[in-house]
Amino acid sequence: MLNYSLRRLAWAFPTLLLLITVAFFMIRVAPGGPFDSEKNLPPEIEQNLNAKYHLDEPLVQQYFRYLGQILRFDFGPSFQYRDWTVNQLIAKGFPVSLSIGALAMLLSFTLGIGIGTIAALRQNSVLDHGLMGYAMLGISIPNFVIAPLLILVISVYWGWLPSGGWEWNWRNMVLPVITLAMPVTAYIARLMRGSMIEVLHSDFIRTARAKGLSEMTVIRRHAMKPALLPVISFMGPALAGLITGSVVIEKIFAIPGIGSFFVQGAMNRDYTLVMGVVIFYGALIILFNFLVDLIYAWLNPRVHYK
Amino acid sequence: MRKFGYKTRSMAVKGKKLLEVEQLEVVFNTRDGEVKAVNKLDFSMQSGETLAIVGESGSGKSQTALAIMKLLAANGKTRGAARFYGRNLLEMTATEINEVRGEHIAMIFQDPTSSLNPYMTIEEQMLEVLMRHRKMSRKDARLRVLEMLTQVDIPDPERRIRQYPHEYSGGMQQRVLIAMGLLCQPELLIADEPTTALDVTVQDQIKRLMRELKEKFNTSILLITHDLGVVAGLADKVLVMYAGQLVESAPVDEIFYRPRHPYTAALLKAVPRLDQVGDYDMHPIPGNPPNLLKLPKGCAFRNRCEMAFDACAQMPEVREVAPGHKLRCFLDGGALK
Repeated sequence: MLNYSLRRLAWAFPTLLLLITVAFFMIRVAPGGPFDSEKNLPPEIEQNLNAKYHLDEPLVQQYFRYLGQILRFDFGPSFQYRDWTVNQLIAKGFPVSLSIGALAMLLSFTLGIGIGTIAALRQNSVLDHGLMGYAMLGISIPNFVIAPLLILVISVYWGWLPSGGWEWNWRNMVLPVITLAMPVTAYIARLMRGSMIEVLHSDFIRTARAKGLSEMTVIRRHAMKPALLPVISFMGPALAGLITGSVVIEKIFAIPGIGSFFVQGAMNRDYTLVMGVVIFYGALIILFNFLVDLIYAWLNPRVHYK
Repeated sequence: MRKFGYKTRSMAVKGKKLLEVEQLEVVFNTRDGEVKAVNKLDFSMQSGETLAIVGESGSGKSQTALAIMKLLAANGKTRGAARFYGRNLLEMTATEINEVRGEHIAMIFQDPTSSLNPYMTIEEQMLEVLMRHRKMSRKDARLRVLEMLTQVDIPDPERRIRQYPHEYSGGMQQRVLIAMGLLCQPELLIADEPTTALDVTVQDQIKRLMRELKEKFNTSILLITHDLGVVAGLADKVLVMYAGQLVESAPVDEIFYRPRHPYTAALLKAVPRLDQVGDYDMHPIPGNPPNLLKLPKGCAFRNRCEMAFDACAQMPEVREVAPGHKLRCFLDGGALK
C-alpha cells in the first residue's frame, strides 16, 4: 500500500511537467502579449519591460528559466498586478475559492447522496421521477444561466441576498455555493440512484434479507457502502468540475477568488498568473484524486494496490 | 418465536405440519404479459423431512422457494397459501416475515461467490444473525459462530472469521452460508441449487456436509435442484416440476425405481452414466420447455412426450396413484391402466 502510494505520488511529477509544458506554450501561442493593453507604449519602454521579465529571450530559454523558478515554488511576479507576485495572489484568492468550493462540495455530496438514495428506494414513483427530473435540469442548465436567474429572482426582485461582491459572511456565500453545487448535486443524485438500485438487486442483499434483517438495516449495513463507491470515485472529477465552475461563478458574483484572477489573467495575457493558477489547480486535482484512491481502497476490501 | 406466535420451539413442532403449500401461484407482470411461473402447486413437508423439488431451468422451482420466503422480485405476485406451522407466510407483514426468516426458515442460494457481502468480514455477516434474532452479546455470538464454522469444517476459524469473502474459495463460501443459515437452528432450510455453481469435487463435499448437518440438527431441507445425484443422497421425497406445475411427486425410491410420468422417466434417462463402457449414447429430452407466456393447451409436456396421444390435448388432473405418490398424467408408468 505504502509502495503504491509512493509510486502514485512519483507519477504526479511527469503529469505536472506535461501540464506545465502544454500550458506554457499554449498561452504564448495565443495572439497578443502582456503589455498590449497599455496605450501608446513607447518601444523603448516596452523593450525594457520585456527585458525585465525576460520576454526577449528565446522561448525555449524562457521555458527552462520558468521550470527552474517553479522548482523553488516561485511563480514569479504578476505582469498585470505589478505590486503582487503570483504566489501572493494565489495565497490571497485561495481561501475565498476554497471556502466556496468546499461548501459546494459538502452540499452537493450530502444532498446528492440523499436524493439518489430516496429516489432508488422509491424507484419509478412520482417522487423518483420528480427528483430525477430536477437532476436532469440541474445537469443540463449551465451555471452561467442559473447564476443570473438566481440573482434576478432572489437578489433583484426579492432583495433577500446580495447579488455579488465578497465579505466573509454567509449572505455572500449562499448564491455562489448553490449555483456551484447544483450541477454536481444533480450528477451525484443520478449516480447514487443508479448504483443503489444495482446494489439492491445483488445476490448478497437477498441473503441479507433472508436473514430476517429489516429493510432499514439491509440498506444501512449492507447496501450503503457498495452503493457509495462510484460516488466516491466521482469526487476527483467533481473537484475538477467545481474548479471549472468556480471560474465562471466568481466572475459573475464578483468574488475575488483564484477563478476570477484566472479569467482576468487570461484576458490580460498575464502569463505568469495564468500559469500559476493552472499549475496550482493541476497539483490540487492530482493530490485530491490520489486521496480519493486511498479512500476507495480503504472502503473496498477487494482492492489491493500493489 | 415470541412475535411469531409460538411460545416455544417444541410447541411449534407439535401437531401442525412444518410446511403446507396450497394452490401456490407465482405470477410476474412483464412487458410481454403475465407469466405464471408457478401454477397451482400443492405439497407439504413433515418436520425432519427433506423434500427435493426437481425440474429444468424455468420450471418454477426457484420461484417456489423465493415465494415461500417472500423474496420474489418486485414484479412478482403470489396467490394461494404457504403455511408454516399453520401460519400463512404469504400473508405476513414485513415485520412478521422478518421474525421467521433466519430464525425459523433459513435459505442458501445457488452462487456462493455473490451471495456473501464482499464489503463485510465473515464475522460481521454471521454475528448479525444472532444479534438480530437471539439478542446475544457480541462475545457469546462470536463463540457460537466459531463453533458453527468448526461444524462446517472451516479450518482455523479464529483467523478465518476476520477475513472477507473473496479470501475464501467457492466451496468454503458455501460452507459459510450453510453455517450462517443454521446459526439459529431453523426448523426449515431452503437450499436453492446449493451445489450448482461449485466444482464437482466440492459439490460432493457440500452434499456430504448437508447430509451430516441434517442428521445432527434435525433440520428439514427443501432442496431445489436439477442434479439428481444430490437428490439421491439427501431427499426423502421428490417433487418433479414442469412448466410451473407438479407432474409427479413421490418418495425418493419410487421416483428413482418406479417413475410413472414420462417426463420423470426421461429426466432419469438423461443422466449421463459413467459405468457404461464403449459407445454410450446420451439420452437428452428432445425440444425445449414451453414458453410460459403462451403455454399450449393441454399437457405442457405433450410436445416433447413420446407417449403423447389425443387425450393429452386436455390438461390431466393430479391423481394419487399409490399412497404418497401423485401423478399428473393420463397414463401410469407410460401405459394406460
